[in-house]
Amino acid sequence: MTTVPQPRPEDGNSLKPGCIPAVEVKDLSLVFQTADAPVHALSHVDLTIEKGEFVSFIGPSGCGKTTLLRVIADLQQATGGTIEVNGTSPQAARLDRAYGYVFQSPALFPWRTVERNITLPLEIMGLTKTEQKARAKRVLELVNLSGFARKFPWQLSGGMQQRVSIARALSFDPNLLLMDEPFGALDEIIRDHLNEQLLDLWRRTEKTLVFVTHSIPEAVFLSTKIVVMSPRPGRIIDIIESSLPRDRTLDIRETPEFAEIAHRVREGLKAGHSYDDH
Amino acid sequence: MTTTSAIFAFPADLIRRAARGTALPVATILLLALTLWYAGTVFLNAAVVTDQYQRDRKTSWTTEEFIADTMSMERPVLPAPHQVAAELEKSIFGVRLTSKRNLLYHAWVTFSAAFLGFGFGNLLGIALAIAIVHLKSLERALLPWVIASQTVPTLAIAPMIIVVLGSIGFVGLLPKALISTYLCFFPVTIGMVKGLSSPEPIQLDLLRTYSASEVQTLRYLRLPASLSFLFPSMKVAVALAIVGAIVGELPTGAQAGLGARLLAGSYYGQTVQIWSALVAASVLSGASVGLIDLGERWLDRRLGGQR
Ligand SMILES: Nc1ncnc2c1ncn2[C@@H]1O[C@H](COP(=O)(O)OP(=O)(O)OP(=O)(O)O)[C@@H](O)[C@H]1O
Ligand SMILES: [Mg+2]
Repeated sequence: MTTVPQPRPEDGNSLKPGCIPAVEVKDLSLVFQTADAPVHALSHVDLTIEKGEFVSFIGPSGCGKTTLLRVIADLQQATGGTIEVNGTSPQAARLDRAYGYVFQSPALFPWRTVERNITLPLEIMGLTKTEQKARAKRVLELVNLSGFARKFPWQLSGGMQQRVSIARALSFDPNLLLMDEPFGALDEIIRDHLNEQLLDLWRRTEKTLVFVTHSIPEAVFLSTKIVVMSPRPGRIIDIIESSLPRDRTLDIRETPEFAEIAHRVREGLKAGHSYDDH
Repeated sequence: MTTTSAIFAFPADLIRRAARGTALPVATILLLALTLWYAGTVFLNAAVVTDQYQRDRKTSWTTEEFIADTMSMERPVLPAPHQVAAELEKSIFGVRLTSKRNLLYHAWVTFSAAFLGFGFGNLLGIALAIAIVHLKSLERALLPWVIASQTVPTLAIAPMIIVVLGSIGFVGLLPKALISTYLCFFPVTIGMVKGLSSPEPIQLDLLRTYSASEVQTLRYLRLPASLSFLFPSMKVAVALAIVGAIVGELPTGAQAGLGARLLAGSYYGQTVQIWSALVAASVLSGASVGLIDLGERWLDRRLGGQR
């Protein structure tokens, strides 16, 4: 993975205004033409994600979180508006292998061991066997699955499979990580642990993270920016810049600041729902 | 042919099945088939034996005598299993292995043509399937021809292939193998088109995020996903390949091979020889299917199958 445009040293702080944003979405719309009525999955979405930000999408089921992530990843094409990823088209960014994507379900290949599932992107990108092994070992440690390298996916629980898929996305060290409810299937303890790991990874590497979740505490704990969405048509109803410091531990969840942000997210979600009732 | 090939299934497979406690059903079916066969022998040969008795002006006989006579004719309508077994023993162990009178020699001749044809058929079938899956336009252009090719009776096309190839100097193994190919590429194509299209959208999306090329998608996703479709197709194909090789031996004047034995047997009314050649063909098919089954299980274990 050498093709990813790295922020050059002279750029200094990548959060500095004027730097090319990781994702820039303007007036984006996406309509699915289905057999009966067209589905407005996204409607007039405006969003800028700076490099190094941790952005969460939160909203009720069906509000277009996955769709927006897929548009960023060039897995789906918008029907209106513009979108740029790293200052280029999503397609160019995809061809550049600029992002790692964690799907809502693990999408492991059943005929490959855990280790070989993780090395899949590395094989495709042509890394040496030793490098592949080393990286697989490292990311497996990161998701606490060191002992499972030689197991096959069906021998793992659903949550473990999801962790393998996270390890797979981390293995090729992309600068932009798109994660679709990666921790949805995990228990509270492991979820906390992985939240901390992810936060730590993000701080150390200055990666840009785009993260879909249904959990308000998770969104508030992780994010520098929380995007609250609402369905029918899928749109953004609030963007909350977090006032929490970048360096945080799980204890921060007990602070009044945390509660305040969580409250605002909840109010946003409620507003989206009441709109729905009309 | 399928019942006989089940009866003469590959020994390793039989042993495994016995270990898994399925020996009883297998033995029951075997016994039932043998009983039916013996009953058929008596029933079908009865008329001939009666004729013979009339010619010999034989007026009284016991039931045992009659039944014994239906099972010991030189040219029965349907030979009894033990007659076929005796003929098999005589023609396998009674003559040198390299002799043209040894059944194993003929089985080998047929098998080598079938095997070569099976190899070609798989290559052709897989290549066609890859083309069809990747070029949507080919699906409409190619598939009708692939299907039409199988509606032509093999017996009609076999002599033409033999004659045409013979006229340009190809004789012996190759023309027969090509007839096998013609028959057995079809199930492989159909199975592989299904198998190569079997990956889920999310798996294809995953490779898209790695901007994997079509060739990489084929290698890392489509081909491994298609294996569970390939093996059942191969089992059908290998049986067809043997049929193809046998049919290919009929129009050549029948010098060697199981087809030759069938033809020679019917020239001279040697029904016992015909039946022993049929049994040999069934055993050959059964063993080939068994081998492919073993290969499937081996690969399945290597690729993390849950069995
Ligand atoms: N391929 C498709 N064809 C038609 N409609 C679709 C398609 N994909 C998504 N939709 C519709 O678009 C809307 C948004 O779907 P999306 O998957 O983005 O929701 P989501 O916010 O990710 O929901 P969840 O939290 O349940 O994952 C839904 O109404 C869904 O029915
Ligand atoms: Mg979703």
